Amino acid sequence: MRVPVLHKQLGPSHRQGEVEKRTVSVGSPGRVARTLDCAACLLSGASDAVIIAPRAADTEAPSPPAPPRSISDWLWRRQCGCGAPNASLFTRLPAPEKMKCFSRYLPYLFRPPSTILSSTCHTEADIISTVEFNSTGELLATGDKGGRVVVFQREQESKTQPHRRGEYNVYSTFQSHEPEFDYLKSLEIEEKINKIKWLPQQNAAYFLLSTNDKTVKLWKISERDKRPEGYNLKDEDGRIRDPSTITSLRVPVLQPMDLMVEATARRIFSNAHTYHINSISVNSDLQTFISTDDLRVNLWNLEITDRSFNIVDIKPANMEELTEVITSAEFHPQQCHTFAYSSSKGSIRLCDMRLAALCDKHCKYFEEPEDPATRSFFSEIISSISDVKFSHNGRYLMTRDYLTVKVWDLQMENKPVETYQVHDYLRGKLCSLYENDCIFDKFECVWNGSDSVIMTGSYNNFFRMFDRNTKRDVTLEASRENSKPRAILKPRKVCVGGKRRKDEISVDSLDFSKKILHTTWHPYENIIAVAATNNLYIFQDKVN
Amino acid sequence: MAGADGDDSLYPIAVLIDELRNEDVQLRLNSIKKLSTIALALGVERTRTELLPFLTDTIYDEDEVLLALAEQLGNFTMLVGGPEYVHCLLPPLESLATVEETVVRDKAVESLRKISQEHSPVDLEVHFEPLVKRLASGDWFTSRTSACGLFSVCYPRVSSTVKAEIRQHFRTLCSDDTPMVRRAAASKLGEFAKVLEPEYVKSDIISLFTALASDEQDSVRLLAVEACVSIATLLPQEDLETLVMPTLRQAAEDKSWRVRYMVADKFSELQKAVGSEITKNDLVPAFQNLLKDCEAEVRAAAANKVKEFCENLPEDNREQIIMTHILPCVKELVSDTNQHVKSALASVIMGLSTILGKDNTIEHLLPLFLAQLKDECPEVRLNIISNLDCVNEVIGIRQLSQSLLPAIVELAEDAKWRVRLAIIEYMPLLAGQLGVEFFDEKLNTLCMAWLIDHVYAIREAATCNLMKLVEKFGAEWAQNTIVPKVLGMANDPNYLHRMTTLFCINALSEACGQEITTKQMLPVVLKMSNDQVANVRFNVAKSLQKIGPVLDSNALQTEVKPVLEKLATDSDMDVKYFAQEAISVLALA
Repeated sequence: MRVPVLHKQLGPSHRQGEVEKRTVSVGSPGRVARTLDCAACLLSGASDAVIIAPRAADTEAPSPPAPPRSISDWLWRRQCGCGAPNASLFTRLPAPEKMKCFSRYLPYLFRPPSTILSSTCHTEADIISTVEFNSTGELLATGDKGGRVVVFQREQESKTQPHRRGEYNVYSTFQSHEPEFDYLKSLEIEEKINKIKWLPQQNAAYFLLSTNDKTVKLWKISERDKRPEGYNLKDEDGRIRDPSTITSLRVPVLQPMDLMVEATARRIFSNAHTYHINSISVNSDLQTFISTDDLRVNLWNLEITDRSFNIVDIKPANMEELTEVITSAEFHPQQCHTFAYSSSKGSIRLCDMRLAALCDKHCKYFEEPEDPATRSFFSEIISSISDVKFSHNGRYLMTRDYLTVKVWDLQMENKPVETYQVHDYLRGKLCSLYENDCIFDKFECVWNGSDSVIMTGSYNNFFRMFDRNTKRDVTLEASRENSKPRAILKPRKVCVGGKRRKDEISVDSLDFSKKILHTTWHPYENIIAVAATNNLYIFQDKVN
Repeated sequence: MAGADGDDSLYPIAVLIDELRNEDVQLRLNSIKKLSTIALALGVERTRTELLPFLTDTIYDEDEVLLALAEQLGNFTMLVGGPEYVHCLLPPLESLATVEETVVRDKAVESLRKISQEHSPVDLEVHFEPLVKRLASGDWFTSRTSACGLFSVCYPRVSSTVKAEIRQHFRTLCSDDTPMVRRAAASKLGEFAKVLEPEYVKSDIISLFTALASDEQDSVRLLAVEACVSIATLLPQEDLETLVMPTLRQAAEDKSWRVRYMVADKFSELQKAVGSEITKNDLVPAFQNLLKDCEAEVRAAAANKVKEFCENLPEDNREQIIMTHILPCVKELVSDTNQHVKSALASVIMGLSTILGKDNTIEHLLPLFLAQLKDECPEVRLNIISNLDCVNEVIGIRQLSQSLLPAIVELAEDAKWRVRLAIIEYMPLLAGQLGVEFFDEKLNTLCMAWLIDHVYAIREAATCNLMKLVEKFGAEWAQNTIVPKVLGMANDPNYLHRMTTLFCINALSEACGQEITTKQMLPVVLKMSNDQVANVRFNVAKSLQKIGPVLDSNALQTEVKPVLEKLATDSDMDVKYFAQEAISVLALA
């Protein structure tokens, strides 16, 4: 197969071939200190300076758009800042106490199993940028803006402390990506981890893919509990033995040692993306994965790093004609030939890789006709899809735009089967949200294990859950003050104008800097992980 | 005394053993590659009881070390005490067969297959077969994929009850949950079918084959096509129609282009496996469809097979099938929208002329060749030109020369230097077929023009090309046509062109022989030793070193030596260096 080969165009990449190996012993909640190339930061400066805020009417590129940092810059303003280098530690909260409350809203009563993982003083680099459970739920990975990946492992049930089952502790921490500077294009490559995806387990080790804007890496996380001992030429304490005293050969013997968890970069998939990678997705054939940037989708074989196939390319010949960008893409959970990608115009395209090698033509196109009554200056911005997810059973697609979550049946293209309002009370505040750039926030959405509940984030550290069967919904808050360990989360309510009842919070007092963009749900239990800026909250269904 | 002797011989081994766990991967790798030396020094007993247990747990290492280890263990039988103890090698290979890296796993499986032959039938059942079962029922799919490759080696040598178990295990793996395992099983299906008794081929293999060929994942289905070839060869002709053909027909029309691609890619093998009768009735229409497929990848794969397919058609009505069924499709492909399809076709289409004979070639194929020679894509034209020899045998190249020349000239002047490089490489071939007259008349100027190309790689290839031409046309031709032009460049104002003269002389001196070299080339080289550019001067030294062996000793002593001695005192250090090197190589000191 030769058609759409993307050859490596650059010379040896900066870190190509370099084996990155970080080790951390289990139990020590340490984070790897990072260094940040401040020169690179200064060079790029604050990216806002050169980018003109678009008007909804002419979202096409303002000219001259040089040099393109990212296509999305042309359509949307991006917030960008540089954090000062800092090393910080996770702090564990004190031991849990028992408390009971009731929730009237959902069959699931969430409470934190004492696990709020956060850094005491946070910098930009500590902001969590992605969070993902593995396929068994035993491991949970987070990536942050500092390029670090932290993997948590669920405690095994023990007889002495049965209630500790469900707590997640740090298993491995490693620096996945480092800041780089592309000297040929004169642009800074942030180390921020955009997405983490776990591979299904294939042997005793665990594998995950992590990506920043340009480079995808395959990491192996493995345990080692034996160490060889015994040398011929030196004693155990390292002293060199006199060669003349060697009268017999010693074969090293393996001795048990403290468990060590190693993270090793097994493969580096680089030099295939001109624009910023926004998502990666592993195929159910366990052989390939896709990486998606603003204009293209590339297909990789997990074992081949020097070649990838470009399967979708929406780049127009003339960049002035650019009207939409790809915002996210995902493989179907069972059908290895189907994948979906969402666009900034609020549509989703379903592609079948069986039909042709190049999937520029979609086989299904999901779009809801716009209601002329609600059309406004912001319509196009708020209809942009920030996340697309197949349901576990593969029958539905869920998309998140700025104000809603929509569920689409793969058999019905003209409108979603369900639409949930996430924070409709913000509809009146779009103007100020545009002013402070919040309108460009990219919220993600997740299914629970049985596809019956949907979760997605909002502002003020609120996150929302929608029960698809009972049509009930709840707003919960991830905050240290409100969620004492073992307490049951209290539903929150936002009121619009008028009288404010007790326990309600007014729209005007919402804190828009506290946003929950990234959440994940355990593959079959009711355990959720919610990333709120630099804090990771893990809530668990009530254990009786 | 004996002890002291022992120390001397032990020391290097001790170093090797210690380096098995050195920090440096390269040292570890070296040690592993000398594992047999270590084992020999330890003796069979300690190899079995100490070295192998240690190696069994050495699975944390780098892939290349593990790969070397897996390979070494395949040749370890004698070092553990011969076939009697060969089963001691199973534990380390078993752990290597579960690592995530495919190359390591494959090598471990290869070694396991190798040592399985060294097991006695009893050991095979006591030690080897349980290992296969363990792998086949392992928790992780890496071990189950490795198991797929081991069934066929132990099956023929075990008792019938164990055979039944093995068949059952294979069946289970064919319907494994993970596509990885199903793919591994599908790719080993043909191999396993070969060792099975004929009755089980029909009862077991066919149902597995049918199931895999209709797997929900196309990545599995496409591997069933490969299995189809081996299964078809095992079955008697009368069973093919009912047992294999429905699946094959289905694969050729699969919804997934990747499966159809696989059918196209394996078409010649399939054709041989199913025999001429089925080919005529089934494969010809299938092949037509593949040539007209909507996916360019499939068309390109099918186009690649056109010649082989036609060659293997039954002789009695081959010509008729080609003319009525295949050629119309080929004609369409000549003007395909996809350049890969066209260039795939161009690389084989010339081969059809030998099959169809002179008249048909002139009437039907020649227009296609000519069309392809004018194709907009350089690769298509190059592929036609590179296969001219096939046509030459049938109709003579003169038929084509009218169209050939513009095509060659255009490629020779292509803006992409890689295209120019490719056509240069075909020049000696073309020259041989077109003859010296045609060459002198039409192509000589091109060959000389390449010498002053602005890309070094082209100039270098051009000098090499001149040498090959001289080998073909002889020294006399060189003296008349090439040498004067080459030597003329020695006075070129551009030093790069002056250097090209030297490079040409380097390449041509041997082919031209002593006389021309001494009389015509040497004076020019010597004169250039006064060049003002140091690069030219040290290349003079290099050239003299190169052509020295062709010259007689008189010329060396009286003409070359003084010049080299002068260059050896040059103000430029590179010139000095190469002059001195030439003096010592030519033994003129």
